Amino acid sequence: MAVDEGLKIELGKQGVFVTTIEELYNWGRRSSVWPMNFGLACCAIEMIATTMARYDLARFGAEVFRPSPRQADLMIVSGTVTKKMAPQVVRLYNQMPEPRYVIAMGACAISGGPFKQGYNVLKGIDRYIPVDVHIPGCPPRPEALLDAFIMLQKKMDAQPLTGEGRPRFLDAAAQGEFPVPVPGEHDLEPSSNQGVWTVPVVIR
Amino acid sequence: MKTVEEIKAAIEAAVPGAGVEMVLNPSASGQHSLRMTPDHAVEVAGFLRDDAELALDFLSNVTGVDWPDKEVAEKVKVTRTVTKTVDGVEQAVEETVEESRKHVVPGCLEVVYHLYSIEKKHGPVVLRMKTVNRTDQVELPSLTSIWRSAEFQEREIFDLYGIVFTGHPDLRRILMWEGFKDHPMRRDYVEPDDFEYEPTAHDEVLARARAHKAAVAEQEGTVAGQ
Repeated sequence: MAVDEGLKIELGKQGVFVTTIEELYNWGRRSSVWPMNFGLACCAIEMIATTMARYDLARFGAEVFRPSPRQADLMIVSGTVTKKMAPQVVRLYNQMPEPRYVIAMGACAISGGPFKQGYNVLKGIDRYIPVDVHIPGCPPRPEALLDAFIMLQKKMDAQPLTGEGRPRFLDAAAQGEFPVPVPGEHDLEPSSNQGVWTVPVVIR
Repeated sequence: MKTVEEIKAAIEAAVPGAGVEMVLNPSASGQHSLRMTPDHAVEVAGFLRDDAELALDFLSNVTGVDWPDKEVAEKVKVTRTVTKTVDGVEQAVEETVEESRKHVVPGCLEVVYHLYSIEKKHGPVVLRMKTVNRTDQVELPSLTSIWRSAEFQEREIFDLYGIVFTGHPDLRRILMWEGFKDHPMRRDYVEPDDFEYEPTAHDEVLARARAHKAAVAEQEGTVAGQ
């Protein structure tokens, strides 16, 4: 149930704080996102820069980069995902507990980038795991990563706890584990997870 | 530094029957190379490293080249006897005709080593070696025993070109995964058909994206969309 903003402010002046469980819960979630401490290529350098004093990702509650997927909420896929690395990335994602989110950072992670036509690079990590925010750029500037992070926080804030559009961990029927692709004789098998990624329609 | 001719003469004096062949580079750089025979390669390489004057102690780079089978057309003049009617009388006349004949020059795989000398501050000396063909006789001797830095680069060539280095201490794929069957740097490598989504396709990619769409449409029995 939404609380009237004007009433809320008025009550606040009287020393009464009114909120909903949903708001409180999402505020807590979005203010303590712990990203996973892993990088794949040069985008990771920008990701590191984002966490340092000049850009300071800690302002948004994401200062603790966890070296274990078991303690992480956010996977920042920062860099080129080669076909040899893709099974490991999916496996790490599977090992993260819910709630978990993914930011695909940079041209390579979202589409394969300059290596798209190569024989060894995955054409976007969104073929195997659900991606919440895509950031273009080669590499994206720290501001872009901050923007993506704020966008992700807004997404978390807007998630209802019940009914349609609730996060995956509150939906018993939702898929929890994503199949890890197997390196085959010529390519990864399967070449994409059809439950996660369908071929987008190109409108020209 | 010695010229390629002098190096060749030095090799032949030190390793009898080495069979080193010069491959001249006609371009302005004039970076000529020496082609070794696989049988004497290790001896020749050992000589180049240990010779006091050359002292090629640093193997900077190892790479591969794929020479696919090439079809060559040549024009040959053929003289043959033809029956012709001359002035109402049938006669056997000799005639010379130009005929184009095609024959296939079998391809091979080649490995190239670039050597420098840290001690003498000179280089590069370019060494080459050829396999017999590109299908079943692709063995070449490994030079890892001479230059340790050849190990990973020879593994990479084994991975991407499919040259098998005999005497290599640990010949496994290095870039692609175990169980991968192809050699991606070969000219006839066929990429997996993952051209289902090409938002900004052009040229070759556009052609492949269209081919993919047509194949999918045929499989599903529908008409290919634009």
